[in-house]
Formats: sequence, structure tokens, C-alpha cells
Amino acid sequence: MNSDEKPILRIKGLNKFYSGGFQALKDINLDINKGEIVALLGPNGAGKTTLISVVCGIVNPSSGTVTVDGNDIIKDFRKTRSIIGLVPQELTTDSFETVFSTLAFSRGLFGKPPSPTYIEKVLRSLSLWDKKDDMIMTLSGGMKRRVLIAKALSHEPTVLFLDEPTAGVDVNLRKDMWEIVRELKAEGVTIILTTHYIEEAEEIADRVGVINNGEIILMEDKDKLMAKLGKKQLILDLCDQLSAVPQSMADYKLELSDNGMQLVYTFTAQGDRTGITALMDDLKLAGIAFRDLNTTQSSLEEIFVNLVEESS
Amino acid sequence: MNIYGIMAIYKFEMARTKRTLVQSIVAPVITTSLYFIVFGAAIGSRIDQVSGISYGAFIVPGLIMLNLLTHSISNASFGIYFPKFVGTVYEMLSAPVSTLEVVLGYVGAAASKAVILGIIILITANFFIDLQIAHPVMMMVFILLTAISFSLFGFILGIWADNFEKLSIVPMLLVTPLVFLGGSFYSTDMLPQPWQTISHFNPVLYLVSGLRWSFYEISEVSVMLSLASILIFMFACLGVVYYLFKTGYKLRS
Repeated sequence: MNSDEKPILRIKGLNKFYSGGFQALKDINLDINKGEIVALLGPNGAGKTTLISVVCGIVNPSSGTVTVDGNDIIKDFRKTRSIIGLVPQELTTDSFETVFSTLAFSRGLFGKPPSPTYIEKVLRSLSLWDKKDDMIMTLSGGMKRRVLIAKALSHEPTVLFLDEPTAGVDVNLRKDMWEIVRELKAEGVTIILTTHYIEEAEEIADRVGVINNGEIILMEDKDKLMAKLGKKQLILDLCDQLSAVPQSMADYKLELSDNGMQLVYTFTAQGDRTGITALMDDLKLAGIAFRDLNTTQSSLEEIFVNLVEESS
Repeated sequence: MNIYGIMAIYKFEMARTKRTLVQSIVAPVITTSLYFIVFGAAIGSRIDQVSGISYGAFIVPGLIMLNLLTHSISNASFGIYFPKFVGTVYEMLSAPVSTLEVVLGYVGAAASKAVILGIIILITANFFIDLQIAHPVMMMVFILLTAISFSLFGFILGIWADNFEKLSIVPMLLVTPLVFLGGSFYSTDMLPQPWQTISHFNPVLYLVSGLRWSFYEISEVSVMLSLASILIFMFACLGVVYYLFKTGYKLRS
């Protein structure tokens, strides 16, 4: 992004107290740039849906400001809401409506003139065109999820919120959804999604945010996050069984497998020097031979779990 | 103003009526016909004229008012309650529509349906009695204002209700008794004291009286008082709806 360009979504000092005093959001500050895909991760009840709901106008904020494309979500609600699309977490649909009519309704509700051509384009892109005259109640759960996405896209939004978009859908459909998200990004749509599936964030997000107990505890480029917090492990399959790690190699903090046939060296991916070369030299000096080696990197899921545990 | 938004809500609500045509139109027409057969023909033939007109003709404004009130309330309350119940209300709350636009859509549709029903009942009545309408414009004014006001009331009820029982309890336990005791099927002159005086605290009496005046130029209270009552009720409901949306009561947490 050009550094002079304003963020498409800016949240400053956002707090939300529900009646009864529960604080769902605590001093949230967040900038999201135009055209990026941001994944918000967090356990149940972390505040992800509340955050989305405030931006979309479903939940009133207690304090703080939210602007979308430079417009305040309360004072200029018409401008902000007309460019936002929302796919809710629950499969909430008008069961007795047809697929086509429910999209026409959504488009009108968001202030757009009727456009059967555009609705056809959306339905075709989501493989729903042959279902256009079907009542929603006759569709499968996966198809209903697609209908919700189609409804959210029916008014040509430039910011799209996907609240757990692939919850309860099968693997194939999930991959289809990811493809749709990538296509939307290519068209310049900014996408903010919440998910429980870490692989989803890992697969499609540009940036990853972690929310816990109503606070954003991390917001980072996915690749940088992986590099910064991701641990790597070098696993060596030994030629001969070892009973213990030699004292001379104690500095490397090697782990020996139970059967004595594997050595595991853990290092961080962020440093310039990993210590692998020195380890190899010292292994040779100690007379330890190995027949195979491989490396693994910790997943976003492990990073996420560690962060949430630390913040809790 | 988001005209497309208003039209989307309005069309959606009107389409719901098409899907429930029997419940929305056919059932009230049959019920009304039964009223005419039982009260107009069977019992009415044994009753003297009321205020100078036949009993069958006397009850027409009351029957129209009964249907206007109950259907305005049920249409509007169900219209907003059902999206809350199934969760689709998120879309309206996140859409660029103002309170006024939402009200125009939902209340406009509910009132339209009630007015259409009122006219159908008027046509049905014509098959049973020789109808005379002295002031057709004023009749439409009363019908429109009543439909709008009670659709607003139903809309408030739909927002307030958080279960189906609450949704039906007000029409069943409040509105229907008020209509029956509001001079729909009799003149309050026929009541002994103190019931005659008590009846004048019933707001529906003023509606029925006003509508009856537009038909036969007979009324129990002055026409201006009837008009003022319905206008005050309408603006009171508008005020409550505005407050509900401003505070997000039972809509936005």
C-alpha cells in the first residue's frame, strides 16, 4: 500500500460494554488497508463477532470511533454501510424466498437499483445460477452459506466481512470459498474474516490478528508472524542408536527420541544464524552419523495457541 | 432517501401476503360473511333499527374496524418479529436505511394490506346489504389513518415481543375486547349506566364512531374528536418507534 493512502477501516479506542457490565471489546485500535485480507483469530467469546457487528452497525459501540473509507459509521452510516457486505456466522436465511429474490431484496435494501445482470453474475460466480428459482429452505447447508455470500455481494461492496465463512462446510466447499475470496481480493475488495480454522488464515490472509478477552493481542503480516514467532525443528534420523546426548553438545539443547534413533534441534526462524552449520560440525566431531534429515515449521495454529495461553 | 431500500422491504412484505393468501385475505372475508349471515340476517332481522338504520348496515363500520385493527397489528408485528426470530434482521440493521425508511417499508406494507382487506370487506358487505356511504373521502381518511396507526402499534409490538405468546397476547387480550366493547356491534346508548360512561374511555369507540359517521352521518362522539384521537395515537406510536430505533431497544445491543 502507498504509505500516504488512508486505511479503508480505522478503529480507534473502541470499547463495548454489554448490559450487565460485561466488556466485550477493550480499547481496540486497528487499521486495515484497502485490498488486503485480514484474518481475525480468537477463541469463542473473544470478541470477534462483536467487533464485526459494531463496524457493520448491528451493535452500538460504547466508546471510540470507527471510520470506513474516511466516514464515521454513526454520523455517515449510509456511506459506510453501503460499501460494506456482511456474511454472518449463523445460517440465517429467509427460508421461503427463492435464491434470486433474496439477492434482489438485499441489493435493494442497500440502496442499489435493480440489476438482474449483476445478480446473475454473482450467482454464476458462486455456482448458484442453476438454483436461482429454488426456495432457500430446499438448499443444503453449504449452498445456504453460498447464498449468504451472494447476498453480501449483491450490492457490490468494497469491504467484505466474513464471520466464520467456512464453519460447518466440507473441505471441497471450503477450498471453493478460498478461491472466491482470492478472486474478490483481485477485484480490489478488502476482506476481513474471522475463523477458527487456522489453516484458513494461513492459506489466504495477508495479515493475521489475534483477539482474546476483547483485546487485540497481535496484528501482524502473516509471513512476518510466521518468521518472527514460528519455531523450526531440524530432525536427524541417526545411523546408530544413542543412549544419551553427548555432554559436548549440551549447548544445542538437543532432544533425543525415546528409541534413541532421532535427534531434534529446535531453532527460531527469525535469526540470521540458525546454528545448523556448527551443529553439523560438532556432530561430525562427536562421531554421530545420520542417514536422513528434515525440517518442520510451527503452524499458525501453534503460534495462535501459544499467544492465547500467554495472554490468558 | 433510500427509495430502493423502502421498496425492497415493502415488496418483501407484500410478497409474504401472496404466499399466505388464504390466511391473509380469504379467512377474514369468510369470517366477515359469517358475521353478516349470523348478526345481519339471522339475528339482525329480529332486532329493531339502531339509530335509524338496519342492524346489518349498522355493524359494517364495526366489522371493517375490527379487521383493520387486528390485521394491521398482526401484519406489522409479524413483519418485524419474524426476522428477529430467525436472525435475518441483521441485514436490515447493517443496511443503509434510516428509521423512517424501515418504518415506511414495514408499516407501509402492513397498512396497505389492511386497507386492501378493509375494501374487500366493504365489497363483501355490499353482497349482503344495500350500503350507503355518505362521506367516501372521510371514510378513506379514517380507514387509512387507522391502518397506519395500528400498523405502527403492531410494529412496536413486534419489536417488543421476544416470543410468539407476547406477539399474540396483545391482540387477543386487549385489542379484540376493546373492539367488541367499543360499539362495533351496538350503540353505547343501548348500555345501562355506568357502562355507557365507561365505554367513553375505550379509544376504539372513537374510531368506530368516526367511521360510522362517514357511512351514515351518525356518531356517538364528535367527528373531530374521533379524528383527533386517531392522530394523537398515530403520533404517539411514531414517537415510540423513533425512540426504539434511536436506543436500539431489542434490536441493537
